Amino acid sequence: MTEIDWNNPRLKVRGLRKNFDQKVVLGGVDLEIYPGQIVALIGSSGSGKSTLLRCINLIEGISDGQIWLEGRDISVADIDQDEVRREIGLVFQSYNLFAHLSILDNITLALQHVQGKNQDEAETIAMQWLERIGLADKAESYPDKLSGGQQQRTAIVRAVALNPKVLLLDEVTSALDPELVGEVLELIRDLKATGTTIIMATHELSFARDVADWVVFLDKGVVAEEGEAAEFFANPKNERTREFLSRLKAL
Amino acid sequence: MTDNANFEPSAAELERRRIRAKAHRKSILISLASTVLFAVVAWFGLTSTPGWSRVQASFFDWNTAVTAWPLVLDGLWLNLRVLVFAVIGVLFFGLILALLRTLKNPVFFPLRIFARAYVDFFRGLPLIIVLYLVGFGIPGLRLPGIGRIPTELLGVVALILTYSAYVAEVFRAGIESIHPSQRLAARSLGLSYSQSMRLVVLPQAVRRVAPPLMNDFVSLQKDVGLISILGAVDAVRAAQIQVAMSANFTPYVVAGLLFVVLAIPTIRFADRITEKFAKREQAGNAL
Repeated sequence: MTEIDWNNPRLKVRGLRKNFDQKVVLGGVDLEIYPGQIVALIGSSGSGKSTLLRCINLIEGISDGQIWLEGRDISVADIDQDEVRREIGLVFQSYNLFAHLSILDNITLALQHVQGKNQDEAETIAMQWLERIGLADKAESYPDKLSGGQQQRTAIVRAVALNPKVLLLDEVTSALDPELVGEVLELIRDLKATGTTIIMATHELSFARDVADWVVFLDKGVVAEEGEAAEFFANPKNERTREFLSRLKAL
Repeated sequence: MTDNANFEPSAAELERRRIRAKAHRKSILISLASTVLFAVVAWFGLTSTPGWSRVQASFFDWNTAVTAWPLVLDGLWLNLRVLVFAVIGVLFFGLILALLRTLKNPVFFPLRIFARAYVDFFRGLPLIIVLYLVGFGIPGLRLPGIGRIPTELLGVVALILTYSAYVAEVFRAGIESIHPSQRLAARSLGLSYSQSMRLVVLPQAVRRVAPPLMNDFVSLQKDVGLISILGAVDAVRAAQIQVAMSANFTPYVVAGLLFVVLAIPTIRFADRITEKFAKREQAGNAL
């Protein structure tokens, strides 16, 4: 693994605010992530985790603040949003595979129509990924024939196949049966091993402790506490963090 | 999984099956008897009316039917051709109108308003009025460089004007029924608005609205007969001419039956796809 250049974050967020009408969902968030890192966003429902990820992907317009991707300000008004989204992958809690396309076509769609690869190239790349996650035999199946875990792994692969600079995972295991969570987490671990840079909103605290390099605790739209994973979980300093962690442990 | 090959039903199950089979036989007999009874009553009711023999002579005369048949069939061929062009035009303009209505950007406000006004207007305007306005209004303009416009073409234009409005609404309902998360997923992969529409939303929307779409086309198929009021010699007009010559209404019945026969394949086809999509929906699929 190459040494991380601490002067050049892959993604940097400063003072990000998001209001929905009068409601403040994000009240000035700072965040950065370096190449090859995993940052885990934790916090209770409604703390702004999903909104933060959607703002970074420019699917949600921001109310204030700035976002830089590899030093380029992507929050300027005249940015080509489609072009930015090509560099930032986003995977949703509800998989959102395209229902009318086979598993293979789900993955090749953007490879062909966004990256301009021809069908053969796109299918080769897609099949490599499907083999990696053990779903090569499902290539021609439609999403409704797959289990939730298989669908979610396909959705992650659909985003990673485009080689994004940052991959955003929005509670990708929350809709899954407990027995299917493991296979999705395994894929994320595997992606980290090959250098994918990931920001993930998650409720899987033990996974975050194991795999994340940095943990950010969002509370009511602001970063209440953040730190290196081991230290964060061992010695939470903020009162709200301790409360949140003990509440989840009790479950 | 347990083995089903050596499964022997219990006495209780055999008894249940026997009673169910008996009830089934009984209901078949009842439905047969009631159908026959109804048919007999209707037939006698009709034939015992005082004017039945006159009605029979002027609406169901075999010889008139045989004479009229080839001419009406000839006319139906025109209906078919008009139908093909009308369907193509309606699909095209209906889709355009639907897409215009779904544009969100304020820049497209005038287009959106136009589409909306168009749909409101032509859904409200009776087709027969549109036919008169187009059929007699456009030739009345005496457009330079264009000679006499064939009446069947004017008919096609009028049908497209009216039916695009209906079909646009069907398409729009389909587009709006696709969950926003599908478009969101497409956009997050870097696809542009029009790519998401073309590659993700529309293919799913069209599948979903195929049944109501087919319904509109069944209806269009029969409204094609209205072009006769412009003077185009279609099946209805041919029948009208025969009626005038033979002083007998049988040709109308012939034309009517021909339209029904023409519609049946479309109707069956519509039923088939409705059934197919209903099955997919029940399978717990979002498509």
